Amino acid sequence: MSEISKEQVKHVAHLARLAITEEEAEMFTKQLSAIIDYAEQLNELDTDHVKPTTHVLDLKNVLRKDEPKQWITQEEALKNAPDKKDGQFRVPSILE
Amino acid sequence: MSLFDHKLKDIQELLHKKEVSVRELVDESYRRIEEVDDQIKAFLTLNKEEALKQADEFDRDGAQSGNGALFGMPVGLKDNIVTKGLRTTCASKILDNFNDPLYDATVVQKLKEAKAITIGKLNMDEFAMGSSNENSGYMATRNPWNTDYVPGGSSGGSAAAVASREVFFALGSDTGGSIRQPAAFCGVVGMKPTYGLVSRFGLVAFASSLDQIGPITRTVEDNARLLEVIAGHDHMDSTSANVEVPAYSEHLEKDMKGLKIAVPKEYLGEGVSEEVREAVRKALKVYESLGAEWEEVSLPHSKYAVATYYLIASSEASANLARFDGVRYGVRSEKAENMIDMFKLSRSEGFGDEVKRRIMLGTFALSSGYYDAYYKKAQKVRTLIKQDFENVFEDYDVIIGPTTPTPAFKVGEKIDDPLTMYANDILTIPVNLAGVPGISVPCGFSSEGLPIGLQIIGRHFDEQTVYQTAYAFEQATDFHKQQPQLGGAGK
Repeated sequence: MSEISKEQVKHVAHLARLAITEEEAEMFTKQLSAIIDYAEQLNELDTDHVKPTTHVLDLKNVLRKDEPKQWITQEEALKNAPDKKDGQFRVPSILE
Repeated sequence: MSLFDHKLKDIQELLHKKEVSVRELVDESYRRIEEVDDQIKAFLTLNKEEALKQADEFDRDGAQSGNGALFGMPVGLKDNIVTKGLRTTCASKILDNFNDPLYDATVVQKLKEAKAITIGKLNMDEFAMGSSNENSGYMATRNPWNTDYVPGGSSGGSAAAVASREVFFALGSDTGGSIRQPAAFCGVVGMKPTYGLVSRFGLVAFASSLDQIGPITRTVEDNARLLEVIAGHDHMDSTSANVEVPAYSEHLEKDMKGLKIAVPKEYLGEGVSEEVREAVRKALKVYESLGAEWEEVSLPHSKYAVATYYLIASSEASANLARFDGVRYGVRSEKAENMIDMFKLSRSEGFGDEVKRRIMLGTFALSSGYYDAYYKKAQKVRTLIKQDFENVFEDYDVIIGPTTPTPAFKVGEKIDDPLTMYANDILTIPVNLAGVPGISVPCGFSSEGLPIGLQIIGRHFDEQTVYQTAYAFEQATDFHKQQPQLGGAGK
């Protein structure tokens, strides 16, 4: 019942920061529609009075003291970077 | 016979008596990898230089240094477990150049403290998304029992490496069956512990409410020994449980008399092959002969587990994988001229189709207007699935069924149809959704000679009973003694 349109797929790809070709858009439209259609079976269940499970162990907030610790150096943080300059990550232009 | 056919305890004894050296153990690993890995394709990265250096150091001052619990044992690590200074790719092209990670995962630190030796990093489905290892960005690992077949996934490299004696044991991770399913397909023992028992710090996150690291070994005893080492509370993972870790391997022998086994009718129903059902029925007879009692029960919401899982896991994945953006580490596209295009192109060039599909599904399920209908709905059904298990565990000690609906399938057989591939995980996924522990142990072979796995599921943090139940079956049968005829390794 729930068809996803190609336009929706393209919008979702943009939100997810994925560049997809026209061909991929068609493939994902078909596949995501089939998966969402399959997921519709959950609507057979009445869950109005069921609490959602976000975490199986029902943990409460886990707190600790906020103490600064030496973790990694600036040099280490940068060593796997694809591009860097003057001790910072370098990226393409953000503003036109 | 391979050195790795011995139990850990026996190898420790040989080391202690100086009948075997650590160097010999590590050499055996690399010799075997050299011999069979062009067929199996389990390893993405080897740690040879460092491992040999460590072996020699251990041999030199091993006797004095208060041997660790895993002293000198060659271990393989799934490539989503971060290793300081050792390439970690998650089998994804987007991490192709991640050659110098800054820290060790907590489990890796614990292995080091126990003096295990890391042999290398093992292939997997990209970011642990898949059930066959065909979604690896690099290569498809093959099943050691028949290389036309998949080893299962996503920890397929880990299970195949253990089954083919390339390592003594390995670590995998299990989000929807990724330890148990490949263990079943490759005829080895794979444990997914209770959610929270093992720290996830340094496990590259796929679905944070489901992911759990666990051991893959040839025997139940060694599995228990490895879990003892890696389990425990960790302040670096706030979801890790603050519980005492028992010495599982010291208490494996237990009289099965009076053990109450539940067998869910949904696990032996439609979609489960007759060969698999027959193997499980025979296993139940073994338990009967040992004095255990079993009864059929129902986990009525099982059929909704796959849909629930794909909505929840993909939603969590879409958030977790947002970090791969080509800025701080990983591969950046050369083609982009502005920032947004750089994100988009780096991710599109770096991720494979299955990863993109799940990121898109998750992004859709979390997007405005659909959140309640899909993500929240799935979380509510998760509650019902969890309650199914709680109800059964009020009256029974363990749940037993098959690990997978069929034995291993052929390479290429299911890769084009995501839903058929997903259905393969129908018997393992509910365990992750409920957060309970589950193990797969060998329980037979198909007419084609492929292994079949028996799944034993326990209460939260009751790994001890799961291990005892698995151990009793293993001692009463000899499926675990069979081994693949790969590369001329005789029985």
